[in-house]
Amino acid sequence: MAHKMALAGNPNCGKTTLFNVLTGSNQYVGNWPGVTVQKKVGKTKVGHSEIVDLPGIYSLSPYTMEEIVTRDYIIDENPEVIINIIDGTNLERNLYLTVQLMELGRPMVIAVNMMDDVEQKGWKLDCNKLAVELGIPVVPITARRGYNVDQVLKKAEKLAHGKEYCIPKIVYDTKTQNALNDILFIISEKHYDKAIPLQFFAGKLLEGDEQAAKKLDLSKNQMARIEEIIVAYEGTAEYGDRETMLADARYKYIEQVAKKSLNKGKDANKLTVSDKIDKIVTNRFLAIPIFLLMMLGMFLLTFGPIGTVLSDWVDYLFQGLLAPGVKLLLDNASAPDWAYGLFLDAIIGGVSGILVFLPQITILFLCLSLLEDSGYMARAAFIMDRLLRKLGLSGKSFIPMLMGFGCTTPAVMAARALDNEKDRKLTMMLTPFMSCGARLPIYALFAELFFEKNQGLIVFTMYILGIVVAIITGVVLKNTLFKGNVAPFVMELPQYRLPLLKSILLHVWEKVKGFIIKAGTIIFAMSILVWVFQNFNTSFQMVTDADQSMLGQFGAWIAPIFIPLGFGTWQASVALLTGLIAKESVVSTITVLFAGGSQAALSSALAGAFTPLSAFAFMAFSLLYMPCISAFVTIRKEMGSMKWALGTAVMQTGIAYFVGLLIYQIGSLFIH
Amino acid sequence: MATLKNLRPGEKGIVTQIETKGALKRRLIDMGITPGVEIMVRKVAPLGDPIEINLRGYELTIRNTEAHSIHIIKNDKK
Repeated sequence: MAHKMALAGNPNCGKTTLFNVLTGSNQYVGNWPGVTVQKKVGKTKVGHSEIVDLPGIYSLSPYTMEEIVTRDYIIDENPEVIINIIDGTNLERNLYLTVQLMELGRPMVIAVNMMDDVEQKGWKLDCNKLAVELGIPVVPITARRGYNVDQVLKKAEKLAHGKEYCIPKIVYDTKTQNALNDILFIISEKHYDKAIPLQFFAGKLLEGDEQAAKKLDLSKNQMARIEEIIVAYEGTAEYGDRETMLADARYKYIEQVAKKSLNKGKDANKLTVSDKIDKIVTNRFLAIPIFLLMMLGMFLLTFGPIGTVLSDWVDYLFQGLLAPGVKLLLDNASAPDWAYGLFLDAIIGGVSGILVFLPQITILFLCLSLLEDSGYMARAAFIMDRLLRKLGLSGKSFIPMLMGFGCTTPAVMAARALDNEKDRKLTMMLTPFMSCGARLPIYALFAELFFEKNQGLIVFTMYILGIVVAIITGVVLKNTLFKGNVAPFVMELPQYRLPLLKSILLHVWEKVKGFIIKAGTIIFAMSILVWVFQNFNTSFQMVTDADQSMLGQFGAWIAPIFIPLGFGTWQASVALLTGLIAKESVVSTITVLFAGGSQAALSSALAGAFTPLSAFAFMAFSLLYMPCISAFVTIRKEMGSMKWALGTAVMQTGIAYFVGLLIYQIGSLFIH
Repeated sequence: MATLKNLRPGEKGIVTQIETKGALKRRLIDMGITPGVEIMVRKVAPLGDPIEINLRGYELTIRNTEAHSIHIIKNDKK
């Protein structure tokens, strides 16, 4: 029989790795390494149970969106078994969430992960003792090597069938236990039905969780009695406050459990490899140079010779092999003229215009995955926090910002990891200025044509421009719309880990797959549509002059807006418009519109329509104006407000127009 | 009163009290900063803020402002 199981644990404990091992890689649903933004569901390879991967959290207290998602799922959706994964090298802190989960009184199995690291450190972790102390089945595993993971599933299934039991043994100090019992007694008067985890709610009330109090819907009299218990409880401590006291009681219990089951040996303070790396990477003097070198290396790898050579291969595949092949077929079938246009120009031209950038995008995603999986991203946040704070952001914003260079959509979702609403909003507003992978083709196209000698420099300038605009916008917003207190910054620095090739490849494949699907669907359809609208007029007659086409006429109507920016042609305007569907469309539209899909004719056609200056302004506008529809929808969803999302889009487009205007007008003064 | 901010890298202290409120305080105690816990300051970020601390066998980073609100007793013993 299939069972419903929930996978819960701290961030960085290897939860997603375990999820992938248990369910097989094909269950992977839109997620970025290190950021499980939504719960994901997968079926196990054996037994076909359903496993829900919940966002990584430190505690069940309502603090971030992730914690609320997890808490609500576990309490309201009644998973049959909780699989609680903990990092064996970080037992004490990981057990804090475990204790809170134990209070829920649900069947639970603990998977102690990273057992290889525990052994390597020379520690002795006795999982049997841990199980006895906690009253919960414990399975030692090493998820990344797949060691013992089947046991986790077996135990979980036994629990679900009632063949094994989980009787949590939480032992708090007497006064805490008494206070909890007294509250438990009061709330059980009203909620005798077992569906509500009373033990857990007693804890929540003692802590002062208002949402929990609301959920229980207690009477005034009951509330007053609970208040009395709390006042008495607080009175017993020197630094009396209920939250700290309960957390303290939990940690005291954890310390006891850890002491009995974990022996760190004599070398407890020995420097680990991770510590040694950290000594260099976050060194006072070396940290920033290393950081800059890494960023530079990443960009060189992506946009340097390797990426370019691979792109040329893809181009050859389409233009050198596929296009002549298709042409031969059409010749043999003595196809009509329009078929040549549709197949060669629109479809092959449009789609290949995008796929040539696949290698570069793959390399970029590969680099980002490596940085994330190795644990460096958190260090980057640590190094950059001070600087980002000046922009009203936090070091944690660095992760979504950097991901913005890959793709804006997951980057915006990654902003969920930020604790503070203001930080989150500002991060989401600025992230689209980071030049996403889909904009790269635009620069590459124009830089090659207009700035042959300084291609690399021009592309680099675009990336810098995005960052500079984000900085200025950040400073302005910080002092206007987001005026007020600075949000706190509390972040774990996880151990460095050698990234697992399989999981890196999996992440990259996910993204690359998305890109290919986009090229095969949206870009494919857009290319055809653009071609049709460009070749037919409003009475659906084929035209010889594109100016007379539907697109030509519509484009001519909006083109004047862009005359002050130097690219007031209808083709350029239409390209920007299709860019709203997906930024990749800008290039495929330009290819189709200016040159009828032929790469050879493209350079002369563009040279007639743009000057280097207006090409530069066009690139800048493409970089800065509102992101694609998928990113917009995500921003709207994450901000929870259409007004904010629209405001963000209008702001971005306004800034793009302004910057484009500045570039063209000021530039015109110097270049005649 | 000494706070975590008074410690230099490599120095240790025992937490006595956390002088913040609301969500931040909850986060700090959830992360294990409770009275009686020993914290070592490991590092100051290259730009002077935030700092990296070690407690309960793991590394955490907090800003100077937060460090300033965590009261400690200096622990000179090795």
